[in-house]
Amino acid sequence: MKIAVCVKQIPDPATPYELDSENHFVVRPDDQVLDDTDRYGVEVGLQLAEATEGEVVLVSMSPAGSLQGIRQALAMGADKAIIIDDEALRGSGALVTARILAAAIKSEGADLVIAGTESTDGYAGVVPQMMAELLDMPALTFARKLDHHDGTIRIERQTSGGYDVVEATLPVLVTVTSGAVEPRYPTFKGIMQAKQKPIDQPSCADLGVESVGSAGSKQEIVEVRAAPERAAGLKVLDEGEAHLEIVKLLEQAKVV
Amino acid sequence: MQIWVFAEETDGAPTSLALEMLTKARSLGDDIVAFLVGPGSAEALGALGAHGASTVYHLDPGDALPSAGAAAAMAELAGSENPDLILFGLQPTDRDVAGRLAARMGLPVLSNAVDIVIDAGSTSVINEILGGATLVETTFSGSKPHFVVVRPKSFTAEPGDGGDPIVVPVMAPGIGHAGSATVIESHAEESEGPKLEEAEVIVSGGRGMGSQEQFGAVEELAGLLSAAIGATRAVVDAGWVPYSFQVGQTGKTVKPSVYFALGISGAMQHLVGMKDSGTIIAVNKDEEAPIFGVADLGIVGDVHKVVPRLIEALRSRN
Ligand SMILES: Cc1cc2nc3c(=O)[nH]c(=O)nc-3n(C[C@H](O)[C@H](O)[C@H](O)COP(=O)(O)OP(=O)(O)OC[C@H]3O[C@@H](n4cnc5c(N)ncnc54)[C@H](O)[C@@H]3O)c2cc1C
Repeated sequence: MKIAVCVKQIPDPATPYELDSENHFVVRPDDQVLDDTDRYGVEVGLQLAEATEGEVVLVSMSPAGSLQGIRQALAMGADKAIIIDDEALRGSGALVTARILAAAIKSEGADLVIAGTESTDGYAGVVPQMMAELLDMPALTFARKLDHHDGTIRIERQTSGGYDVVEATLPVLVTVTSGAVEPRYPTFKGIMQAKQKPIDQPSCADLGVESVGSAGSKQEIVEVRAAPERAAGLKVLDEGEAHLEIVKLLEQAKVV
Repeated sequence: MQIWVFAEETDGAPTSLALEMLTKARSLGDDIVAFLVGPGSAEALGALGAHGASTVYHLDPGDALPSAGAAAAMAELAGSENPDLILFGLQPTDRDVAGRLAARMGLPVLSNAVDIVIDAGSTSVINEILGGATLVETTFSGSKPHFVVVRPKSFTAEPGDGGDPIVVPVMAPGIGHAGSATVIESHAEESEGPKLEEAEVIVSGGRGMGSQEQFGAVEELAGLLSAAIGATRAVVDAGWVPYSFQVGQTGKTVKPSVYFALGISGAMQHLVGMKDSGTIIAVNKDEEAPIFGVADLGIVGDVHKVVPRLIEALRSRN
């Protein structure tokens, strides 16, 4: 089975990101990390590839920088990567992102496309569904469990109140949640091999996608401002009586 | 101004978010239409009408996963009816349909909106970033309809004076393989008592509760207060409670009158889901925990001491 897994390099979430003052785009350092939510998709892809003697291709649209994040995913075991880093893409919205990723996937050909449910830094949460539409595939979304049998993918799809069991035949796009699998850690061998694995870097023109960036996305950030702050409340050190403060507050709020 | 609101029906009712969006739509436009996906019960249709929909397009997907078919049907209708704005909720089926529809029509979506502003014909949305510390306003610069995905609890659902809506049945056009995903079974995994989205009081626990067994104290306190039970992703990932209990960026957004955060650090992704609650009560042994930044009452202490004493005190009152 040929499997495309969408991954993203993002600024390390441990340090809050900044927006540049001119365009309000996220400032991206050279060393970005693999979005943690993508490790689940990579793991699902690797397990299916192992079971079907298939291949895992990573597809990513993000500033390439040092490629550290992509190499993290290659080190887990993916075979190769396509990363689209084009200056023209700065400021692109969800639909442009989906067009670029779908075009790269089409050029590669894939039976199964895997993505996270949303990225940690952008979290629009609609890019995979857009890709499914552009690739003319069903989308099995929010999978917390996934099985493959004879060309049919069956998932447990998380819903607001529980889960549904949903299935479709290949080709299909799946989005996976962080509950789906336990991602493997790269081995030393994997890290060494990742340095040799092919990384293609096509341009937007190579992929035949025009009108990109913020103009092509038909959306524009007009203002960034601080949100009104919530006033800090009362802080009490518990010395055996603090629960009475809670009772008092619950009485005031007429909960008890 | 014609505004459409996407509504999914579950257990005979539209999602509470659909009703929140309809209420907001009423304040923005004069021609409000709902697109309902589900069996189409009289109760669901009535609720949509009461919250402002004068017309309801109704698609019954049967056992198909509705997203692709609904998107194709909406694209056809939008092509002839020319709505100005279509609202979806930040929840699974809404997101599936919004993404597919936008790609089908080749128009952008602005997601995670906490507010929508229409001013002299231009539509912009407000987003919160960095855990709600910063607001970003983005405007659509292209043609209509504009698609917006709205965060839950951004608006308060209130019925208006609308009566029963005109119901127009809609069929999904044939779309072949893309529409072939099928729902085989549905399972509920909710706690007893009030729903998280609707509860007046929520008692949430984090990893600091210690273990699945000790998380029982959260459940006990919730029971005493007729509250819903919430959890952090750390707790859900550990398997102590199902995902449907998760509060935060990738879980539910809640806005109860009283929110308890017990043994919760207050990560940005948790805060975005609960920081607009009326009164926030936090118990954490780490004085520096970020949760104290939003708490109205912060107890620096051990949950294993404070919570049992609180339970005891509440018991002795009854
Ligand atoms: C893309 C993405 C999406 C995410 N979405 C969500 C989401 O939707 N919801 C969510 O909640 N998280 C989400 N997270 C995870 C989030 O970043 C945090 O990891 C998570 O919220 C932490 O949960 P916690 O507070 O239970 O655990 P911890 O951060 O481990 O905090 C435990 C707290 O308990 C305290 N504690 C320990 N023992 C005691 C004791 N005996 N008494 C009192 N206090 C004690 C500690 O001081 C600590 O502050 C997301 C992360 C990512 C990357």
